[in-house]
Amino acid sequence: MSDLGHVLVLAGGMSAERAVTLRSGDRIRDALCDAGVEAVIADADAALIPAITADPPAAVFPAIHGACGEDGSIREVLALLDVPYVGSTASASRLAFDKPTAKAVLGDAGVATPASVTLPRETFHDLGAGAVLERVVARLGLPLFVKPARGGSALGAARVLTEAELPNAMMGCFGYGDTALVEQYVTGTEIAVSVLDLGDGPQALPAVEIQPVGGGSYDYAARYTAGQTEFYTPARLTADVAAQVAEVAVTAHRELGLRDLSRTDLIVADGEAFFLEVNVAPGMTETSTLPMALAAAGRDLGVTCRELLLLAVARAGLPWHQAGPGRY
Amino acid sequence: MPSEQRLPVGSPQPHSSLPPRPSRTDPYLERYAARARGMVASEIRALFAVAARPEVVSLAGGMPYIPALPLDAVGEMAGQLVADRGAVALQYGSGQGDPGLREGICDVMSLEGIRAHPDEIVVTVGSQQALDLLTRIFVDPGDVVLAEGPSYVGALGTFASYEANVVHVPMDDHGLIPEALAETIGRLAAAGRQPKFLYTCPSFHNPAGVTLDQPRRAAVLDVCQRAGLPVIEDNPYGLLGFDGEPSRALRADDPDGVIYLGTFSKTIAPGLRVGWALAPAGVRDKLVLAAESAVLCHSSLAQLMVREYLASQPWREQVKVFRELYRERRDTMLDALHAAMPAGCRWTSPGGGFYVWLGLPPGIDAKAMLPRAIAGRVAYVPGTGFYAGQGGRDHLRLSYCFPEPSRIREGVRRLAEVITAEVDLWSTFGSPAQAESGAPAQAEFGSPAQAEFGSPAQAEFSAPAQADSVQ
Repeated sequence: MSDLGHVLVLAGGMSAERAVTLRSGDRIRDALCDAGVEAVIADADAALIPAITADPPAAVFPAIHGACGEDGSIREVLALLDVPYVGSTASASRLAFDKPTAKAVLGDAGVATPASVTLPRETFHDLGAGAVLERVVARLGLPLFVKPARGGSALGAARVLTEAELPNAMMGCFGYGDTALVEQYVTGTEIAVSVLDLGDGPQALPAVEIQPVGGGSYDYAARYTAGQTEFYTPARLTADVAAQVAEVAVTAHRELGLRDLSRTDLIVADGEAFFLEVNVAPGMTETSTLPMALAAAGRDLGVTCRELLLLAVARAGLPWHQAGPGRY
Repeated sequence: MPSEQRLPVGSPQPHSSLPPRPSRTDPYLERYAARARGMVASEIRALFAVAARPEVVSLAGGMPYIPALPLDAVGEMAGQLVADRGAVALQYGSGQGDPGLREGICDVMSLEGIRAHPDEIVVTVGSQQALDLLTRIFVDPGDVVLAEGPSYVGALGTFASYEANVVHVPMDDHGLIPEALAETIGRLAAAGRQPKFLYTCPSFHNPAGVTLDQPRRAAVLDVCQRAGLPVIEDNPYGLLGFDGEPSRALRADDPDGVIYLGTFSKTIAPGLRVGWALAPAGVRDKLVLAAESAVLCHSSLAQLMVREYLASQPWREQVKVFRELYRERRDTMLDALHAAMPAGCRWTSPGGGFYVWLGLPPGIDAKAMLPRAIAGRVAYVPGTGFYAGQGGRDHLRLSYCFPEPSRIREGVRRLAEVITAEVDLWSTFGSPAQAESGAPAQAEFGSPAQAEFGSPAQAEFSAPAQADSVQ
């Protein structure tokens, strides 16, 4: 058994990604147990704070995707509780979770990202959807990709091929958030690059190439139905492009001030990598790309998660029971 | 415990000279049957995972209110049963089901005017398995079956799994419309198609909440008799009427033309998984063989528990307890709907059962609205789940059977806010949903705009994990 003590894997939450995050949490918990760590699942609900207070864990592994898990809120609470946790701080998570903000930061750092506009629901209401959407199409052209500014798992996301499809796509998007990011749709190869920092600086894991079977979109069904998507790990990229996507992912990790692990999603078109978004609590399900990248790098998921937990504890300076406040 | 690894973080495994091979995460993809293609993860299912949280008022699931059962008495009865008859209760049984239970089932059905012999009954794992077995023995891929529009989601899932083509028949506040049934049968005949059966839920329909009135019962039977069309009468809620005596079952007036499905899931408890089919001899024989093929035999323990419950517990009184409880909740929901719903909404007033079928203001799409409802902490089942084709976008099903009255009021209040906001959103973006589907938004019971003899029934709600939440 590990000398780490018992740890909590946070999974669940109230976002639409709840089902996915429960699967991620189970997988992390099982991998940690295989690596000799005493790990239990906890939901982000009213029982969490009393449970942590009554029996403080050595550290927490947040596996909640989407709102609450990635918008910084649960990490803020963990900081208030002085509990060490794996992953990015609350403030960095907030920055990364907001896709337009992350795109702007990366754009300023010289990384290519699809041209886009960000518009809240009220704008369409106040100014008239028809007039606004007309200008969006005039500026960005077609096809477009519409997605919530904050969210994940492709929920509320849609590819738009014609102007007539745009209102429906906007309404679907506003089902999952009040602000929409409308991007130029870049046709190319979908790539996910995970970044791991075990104390010696962020390093990119082998890129994973994503190909939905039948050439469809990498939508919710394609993401979470085993067999619906083919993955190539490492991605079938030239050495130059492989280095480029790795650099983009590490740049995203550094520029957004992320910690421990992240996953950057990109599109490669004509040899150029376009940054799409970054995740601070990457999926860990059987169909998620970070575990594939770890395996391709010869790393065990449970051992890696344990190392991250040990780093979190070390950040606090001392073992948990001796650590003072603020040193999460 | 895996050994420690000291590879640099980003080092890929050494490349081989072979071309990279894709990982599909499911090595059996090429081996699945064609009918499994629709079994994929869906956003709707993801949203129902959130609906299970206590923060959300779920008006989605049709779960009977089990806390109203005398659980201590049932527990004592179960313990005594195992102590006294454990050697039988924990042993294999017959494929047709326990004879004593089948006698008890005849007593239950007599309340709806059915005179039957225990030998005509086949016990099943809930009435859902009876429906599955009947579809198995009647339907080849591509066959047409008739069902009300809307129709029970679990039935549509079963029909989809056997690759049936579902043709919906319209209904109104008085249930299935006999003239429409005759017209549909005639239209199919003209196209050279003969449906295998009519599937109907005549009393306190799921999801529509309406009941086929007595004159129409005779008319529906007449249409089916003239067409030689078997009727599958699914009657889970028949004893849960709020006014007067139970309706006379279709089977009571046509023993040869009607296959009757019953269940104890609503009158005792769904966890027992005890239902039955009452069928003419030829069908019964095939059902027994199909049941043995599917499950060998049913749970002897569950069957003996129900048999003992019927013999020793005041089950008729308990059904009254359920009726009163559900009547109060129905009243609460209808009052709340009247008080809170925005203009343009309309809904059925069920005389029993579990469900209200709510029509939305023009243009509003219940499925597209669901994520906003979940964010607003209220859940329902979108109407599209109750159609095999494209119908039902403008309707949703509300269930009042499980939440306490105060939760029902709060849930309806939240839903009214969500719908009001949806109307605002729709007015901002025009009527995209309507434009896309090309379907009339305000058909009385939704838009049964399925393809004429279109694709097999959709399976979106049919997977087992989902069945619990939208039963």
